[in-house]
Amino acid sequence: MNLIAKPSKDNIKTYVPIGLFLVSLSFLDVFVNAFFNFNLMGFLPSQLSYFLPLILGYIGFYLIRIEFSGVRSLDILNKNINSNNFNALLTLFTIFIIIKSTPPMLDWFILEANFVGNSKDDCTGDGACWVFIKVWFNRFMYGLYPDSEQWRINTAFLILFTIVGISFFVSEKLKKYFILFLVFVFPFLGIKLISGGSFGLEYVESAAWGGLSLTFIISAFAILFCFPIGVILALGRRSSLPAIKYISIGFIELWRGVPLITVLFMSAVMFPMFLPDGTFIDKLIRVLIAITLFEAAYMAEVVRGGLQALPKGQYEAAKSLGMGYWRMNALIILPQALKLVIPGIANTLLALVKDTPLIFVVGLMELAGMIGLAKTNPKWLGMAMEGYVFAGLVFWVICYAMSRYSQNLERKLSTER
Amino acid sequence: MNFKKLNIENKKIRDLIPQAITVLALLSAIIYFATNAQINMGNRGISFGFGFLNQEASFDITFSMIEYDGSHSYGRAFLVGLLNTILVSAIGIFFATIMGVIVGISRLSDNYLIAKVAEWYVEIFRNIPLILQIFFWYFAALRALPLPENAISFYDISFLTIKGWYVPKFVWANFNIFLLSVIAAFIAIYFINSYATKQREQFGKQIPSTIISLATLIFIPLTTFLFLGVSLTFEYPVLKQLSPTVFTYAGGVSIIPELIALALALSMYTATFIAENVRAGILGVGKGQKEAAASIGLNKNQILKLVVMPQALRIIIPPTTNQYLNLTKNSSLAAAIAYPDIVLVFAGTALMQTGRAIEIISITMLTYLTLSISISIFMNWYNKKMAIKEK
Repeated sequence: MNLIAKPSKDNIKTYVPIGLFLVSLSFLDVFVNAFFNFNLMGFLPSQLSYFLPLILGYIGFYLIRIEFSGVRSLDILNKNINSNNFNALLTLFTIFIIIKSTPPMLDWFILEANFVGNSKDDCTGDGACWVFIKVWFNRFMYGLYPDSEQWRINTAFLILFTIVGISFFVSEKLKKYFILFLVFVFPFLGIKLISGGSFGLEYVESAAWGGLSLTFIISAFAILFCFPIGVILALGRRSSLPAIKYISIGFIELWRGVPLITVLFMSAVMFPMFLPDGTFIDKLIRVLIAITLFEAAYMAEVVRGGLQALPKGQYEAAKSLGMGYWRMNALIILPQALKLVIPGIANTLLALVKDTPLIFVVGLMELAGMIGLAKTNPKWLGMAMEGYVFAGLVFWVICYAMSRYSQNLERKLSTER
Repeated sequence: MNFKKLNIENKKIRDLIPQAITVLALLSAIIYFATNAQINMGNRGISFGFGFLNQEASFDITFSMIEYDGSHSYGRAFLVGLLNTILVSAIGIFFATIMGVIVGISRLSDNYLIAKVAEWYVEIFRNIPLILQIFFWYFAALRALPLPENAISFYDISFLTIKGWYVPKFVWANFNIFLLSVIAAFIAIYFINSYATKQREQFGKQIPSTIISLATLIFIPLTTFLFLGVSLTFEYPVLKQLSPTVFTYAGGVSIIPELIALALALSMYTATFIAENVRAGILGVGKGQKEAAASIGLNKNQILKLVVMPQALRIIIPPTTNQYLNLTKNSSLAAAIAYPDIVLVFAGTALMQTGRAIEIISITMLTYLTLSISISIFMNWYNKKMAIKEK
């Protein structure tokens, strides 16, 4: 009678040890099976031994599901992963899948992978051939930029990071000048340093730029330009002047309605037709204009959301102080509106960074493009998996860091309303 | 002095000046670009026009839902590309919705593990560029599949190989009758549901409309099989030897790897955004609503169906339509892996052959624009319909 009783506080002393034992046994079975390829329950019929961990785990979880047991850790466990039969099953499946998939992943990434060597023949293991990444690393970072000149890109980024780093520690007053320098002076200095052509620096044409540094350059410039254009478009769309309003609406909806890839196609093949014969605009600049205008339209919609969310009283208060249109927007409306839409702005900027690989359509190769080039190299065929996993990891780290930073910023700037 | 006074007092003039400047600037830019284009086209000896759409295209397309070969016109090629775009978008939207709803609900699960796994799914797939995911599936994952002779077989009716996925083909007899019966079933369901709603609102009667609708949807088409001569047979793919070493599957329908990779990547990427929408929608329904519904005696299913879902859907649907739109636009990345969508077929091959950049890019962009604007018109209509009507 006692054995088939419902688990409760009265029989906790017998049920919990048995339950925990069964659950651990089921995990142990799966674990040994996955890591050492040895079936603990091999003596049983194959059908049974296949499902046994599930059955054992299920019974075990049933036995330890005691409400208000008085044992704190058991209560927490039950509440979080074992609140009813269905949840217990889900928990079991999740843990089994995690255990099962760990060994092959571990093998491919580390245990069976090759790290030493400098050609494809050095990759003898079954796992990933990280030698590929090692050999091509320079190209993945700098594209076809000449090796001897790569210090220029490094210097440009080093200066950037140093200034950004210092600006975190200086006083508010100095910070303003740092930001002004970063926005208005540095971009042009940096681009001059990278492209060269004067001050005794060798000229490097933009077709040779590439790799991750190109991703950063394009992202940085597009972010820099698309933000003010987006704000102006948003103000234009909210304007009371009909001509400006409808031109803004038309402009925004045009860009938002088409995929970026067609915009890039347009900048590559259609735009030259609209220029006077003989004029030539650098491919990189054309692409930059296309991405900037495209993302500015999305930015405009985000900012418009913030403008709409502001109560009318803010406008009226600013006007009653005698402020004109521009002063009202710059000092009262925009600071509040932009703060409201930080998540939206961050998402747009993230989308921009994630869109940069698309420049392959015009023949520019940033990180993903360089991997496409490297994997078709006759000496390195069959390295697509390593290449794209690497690129995915790099982009993931960048984008994840951006999204966490925006969440922090949002928390820091949030004011009680 | 006078000038300033004039400006401030005469609001009409003050408003007119910036507008006039904007319009003039825009017009002059358009005229400048148009003249340049005219001169350039004149130099190259091409004239603006859409007559080329009727010319013979003379290129092949690897995957087409309608009859097409090189002897058809550019207009027909455009249609093939458009249909392929719609196909991959529809498949992507279907799976993205299912996965998005599952992941979104899982993120709110009271099971800690499930919630965490769902959260990491979203964090991982949202933060990797879609194009990289497409490349990964196409160049890395699907290239690891076996050759036709060692295909992964699903109960011997469907085969997964490096050359694509072969599935049985549906061979219908009297398909029209079947289609009509399905339409009839949907009309019947519409009337059943509106009757059920009326009964509920007027008399408080609950009619199990979901079960009745489902039964109608199964029963009416089923009768056509029994009485109206509709029949369905399957044509299975069979392994065929082309030469001593080359094998292929004949018969059935072949789903090309480009389509699989694109649909996989699009649906897994968009699912993360839909999951966030679903989560926000369910969280957006106040706890008080559920408690109020429970206190007037509704059971758990009724609370979900009559109280939570209608309110949650109001929050979920507008951003989700936006995601559908994004998915459709993102399907243009097909060009990167040579899936013959509208961008690859029309803005790629056709443009290279004819050199008519302005016409072709305009048509392509207009197609997407039409699609977007029609969806946003629908969305505005839906928003207006679903908005809370305050009394």
